Amino acid sequence: MTMRIGVITFPGTLDDIDAARAVRHAGAEPVALWHGDHDLRGVAAVVVPGGFSYGDYLRAGAIASLAPIMTEVIDEARRGLPVLGICNGFQILCEAGLLPGALVRNAGLHFVCRDQRLRIDSTETAWTSDYTRGQEIVVPLKSGEGRYVAGAATLAELEAEGRVVFRYVGENPNDALSDIAGIASADGRVVGLMPHPEHAIDPLTGPSTDGLGVFTSVLTAVAAA
Amino acid sequence: MTGTVPQVDSIDSAVATPDQPQPYRELGLADDEYARIREILGRRPTDAELAMYAVMWSEHCSYKSSKVHLKYFGETTTPQMRGRMLAGIGENAGVVEIGDGWAVTFKVESHNHPSYVEPYQGAATGVGGIVRDIMAMGARPVAVADPLRFGPADAPDTARVLPGVVAGIGGYGNCLGLPNVGGEVVFDPSYSGNPLVNALCVGSMRVEDLHLAFASGVGNKIILFGARTGLDGIGGVSVLASETFSGDEDGSGRKKLPSVQVGDPFTEKVLIECCLELFHAGLVVGIQDLGGAGLACATSELASAGDGGMQVDLDAVPLRATGMTAAEILASESQERMCAVVRPEDVERFMAVCRKWDVLAAVIGEVTEDDRLRITWRGETVVDVPPRTVADEGPVYHRPVERSAAQDALVANTPDALPRPAAPSELRAEILRMAASPNLCSRAWVTDQYDRYVRGNTVLAQPADAGVVRVDEESGRGVAVATDCNARFVALDPYVGTQLALAEAYRNVAVSGAEPIAVTNCLNFGSPEDPHVMWQFAEAVRGLADGCATLGIPVTGGNVSFYNQTGDRPILPTPVIGVLGVFEDVRRRVRCGFTRDGDAVVLLGATRDELGGSEWAHVAHGHLGGRPPAVDLAAEQRLAALLAAAAADGVLTGAHDLSEGGLAQALVESSLVGERGARIAPPPGLDPFVALFAESAGRALVTVAEPDAEAFLARVGEAGVPASRLGTTGGAELVIGELPALSLDELRTAWEGTLPALFGSP
Repeated sequence: MTMRIGVITFPGTLDDIDAARAVRHAGAEPVALWHGDHDLRGVAAVVVPGGFSYGDYLRAGAIASLAPIMTEVIDEARRGLPVLGICNGFQILCEAGLLPGALVRNAGLHFVCRDQRLRIDSTETAWTSDYTRGQEIVVPLKSGEGRYVAGAATLAELEAEGRVVFRYVGENPNDALSDIAGIASADGRVVGLMPHPEHAIDPLTGPSTDGLGVFTSVLTAVAAA
Repeated sequence: MTGTVPQVDSIDSAVATPDQPQPYRELGLADDEYARIREILGRRPTDAELAMYAVMWSEHCSYKSSKVHLKYFGETTTPQMRGRMLAGIGENAGVVEIGDGWAVTFKVESHNHPSYVEPYQGAATGVGGIVRDIMAMGARPVAVADPLRFGPADAPDTARVLPGVVAGIGGYGNCLGLPNVGGEVVFDPSYSGNPLVNALCVGSMRVEDLHLAFASGVGNKIILFGARTGLDGIGGVSVLASETFSGDEDGSGRKKLPSVQVGDPFTEKVLIECCLELFHAGLVVGIQDLGGAGLACATSELASAGDGGMQVDLDAVPLRATGMTAAEILASESQERMCAVVRPEDVERFMAVCRKWDVLAAVIGEVTEDDRLRITWRGETVVDVPPRTVADEGPVYHRPVERSAAQDALVANTPDALPRPAAPSELRAEILRMAASPNLCSRAWVTDQYDRYVRGNTVLAQPADAGVVRVDEESGRGVAVATDCNARFVALDPYVGTQLALAEAYRNVAVSGAEPIAVTNCLNFGSPEDPHVMWQFAEAVRGLADGCATLGIPVTGGNVSFYNQTGDRPILPTPVIGVLGVFEDVRRRVRCGFTRDGDAVVLLGATRDELGGSEWAHVAHGHLGGRPPAVDLAAEQRLAALLAAAAADGVLTGAHDLSEGGLAQALVESSLVGERGARIAPPPGLDPFVALFAESAGRALVTVAEPDAEAFLARVGEAGVPASRLGTTGGAELVIGELPALSLDELRTAWEGTLPALFGSP
């Protein structure tokens, strides 16, 4: 049976159709999840896509982290449901307390859209097992508040536990601490990253197909569970 | 502020106080226009009526100075040209069929004056406005692009205006989830006190989903939905967009600050999704966006285009300010609002969709049997007018048209005597200087602030000659869009210059591999009260219409922006021309630049000693004069047909249009974008300087695989397109004839360094 992967839409979500397309390209069935529902519709994993949920009012991701659907996501993630947060989704997962640290305004103060080189620093997560450690990939980055920050203790813990999953290679586009582009939860089931792997699944519309591995990895992870 | 309830100026009080002085001049109406309103109504207008007529009869809304010229578009559009057209001039945006049951709508609009007063909000709401125009046709907006013009790149005020405009376009467009796929950035001193911020939007829909703006069916409800109505943007069209603009600190620019609208892209994004769900559920009879002139425009245009009258109750309009008058509610240009005509039995379902998206909606009136537009407020009738007199039967001016004597001097001042670089080292230095010049350097500083990836259908975006977007994921059917205008050429000869702008946009679409099928425009000019400006305008319209007739593609819509000048100094006449092209399959798109090593480089088209209005004359000598390059639309057609056929066959490995900066700049960009150099021999029989820097039209640089080169050149010959094989791609240097080699690193430093140096690192 085809695996079902949920893609959440909040008011102001933009990259939901892209995330759903990437799920399809990976061979799974995307399932639309609505922000106002308390229902994960039995999906095996969840993608929290990019955009400007609730207009990024208050703080990016702050309001979305309190949406009805997120109550379910938080509960299930604590039981091991694989969850991927991309860009605004990463911000939401940080606000929801599923991932440590925060995303703040880019050091250059501008929105930055570019094809970004990344290094995979951990393949021990539900979303990166199909890559090899140290592999370099190119996927689009497009964000104005993408600078990852966290306290020294948190950073040390992330590094010590191998939970920095994606790191910027070359010029750091937003002055993120330790070049961090993405991190994982302690159990490796929840991953958040600022760049957009869902925009790099087809050479016609993206800079590479390097992002597809994120969506195929979770199929392996769920099948193994 | 609470408290004072404004006095209601009702029809009854207007009748009772016929001689009450009214501030019609402050609202932008002329004496005879005011007299005509009194004549139409048989009494003085109420405050609310006066506000409605003032905004609707403004230059921006009524096209009163341009109408007599614009009708030439209709006269020159043949039934054959109309073949694909589903909606044309006069609708919110033009719509063309692109095959397989798909239709595409596209339009460009100006938001020049607000963007000078408040760059961020001016530019942001420019995007918002054009997107709602596209939504009002029943389409999903799928891409935006922004043709921009600023004063000199190093002018202090450009450092205020440009970053704000770019951030505003990005801030709004990125948040809406629309990929930005192109546009232009041009610097010229004539735009110093009057930047041009034009915004283009493309939308796609199934043919059967086309919606038009009209109120029909007696008893149908008028629903206003989206944001609340506030005090922002009042008089935006009449005060800001339809008058000569004085922007000095103490002048009217400061006083006009409240006329700029403030945007909320989140509300607009939700409104888009809400509208599309309403369309698909079949709940909308007619729809109109609220843009310039707000409710005054939406109600009068809906009623005017429908088959009945309309009754509207302003007390039902959700407000976000207290103490607003009826006139203010009608003239408010608060953003993110739409107005729909809905059958009574569908109102509950309509409201349910709005609730799902948390969109505020209110029934504010209904379609009536007679042909009056009646508006009540606080229980009294404040507007009772024939809607056509507001929306369609505004004043029409035959402004004086006169070519000024200064034009002769401009044309006589040819670039022929300007010192030209000749030695190989001089030519090499000139290539670097040109590549680093503000109008030719990399636009990445601007375009890197725009999301070009969202929705996953962007096939080509900057740096590219045209933006290409996939419309149908299954078949790969899609569209290309390009906008262009070399305003220096237009200044030298408005008729030819406008045709050159058309030719360039047409060629840019063809270079990407698409078949050009439709044209839109945004005609930015100085004051229509200046006879020379009206001459430029009339010539430009004639040039564009004749050009489109020759090319056999229709103008589907457009926008006129007058009063673009600082004091009495008008901008360079800037008719921005947008061309839309269609792909059966976007996988056949041709990328810009040298994409592979070892390919043959071929120059298509003929090069002549044409440097009047060129970028070289501007950069090297600050010179503008002489004749623009010759335009040969038949040759453009042959070139476009050849490019489309070669793209469809998959022969082209890369292609790039030749325009500002000539062959030299095309070679530089092709090398840098493709990240590989080339060995080039300049075309034979030409002075190397002319070969490199002339800006003759109808040319493109293409690459083909070496084994295909001979057959391709034969095919080019059969197509009647002049061609010369220039060389071969590859290596880390651009080597041109006898010139010392240019390393890609050196070129990249020159090309990419300019805008970050001026505006800060991104």
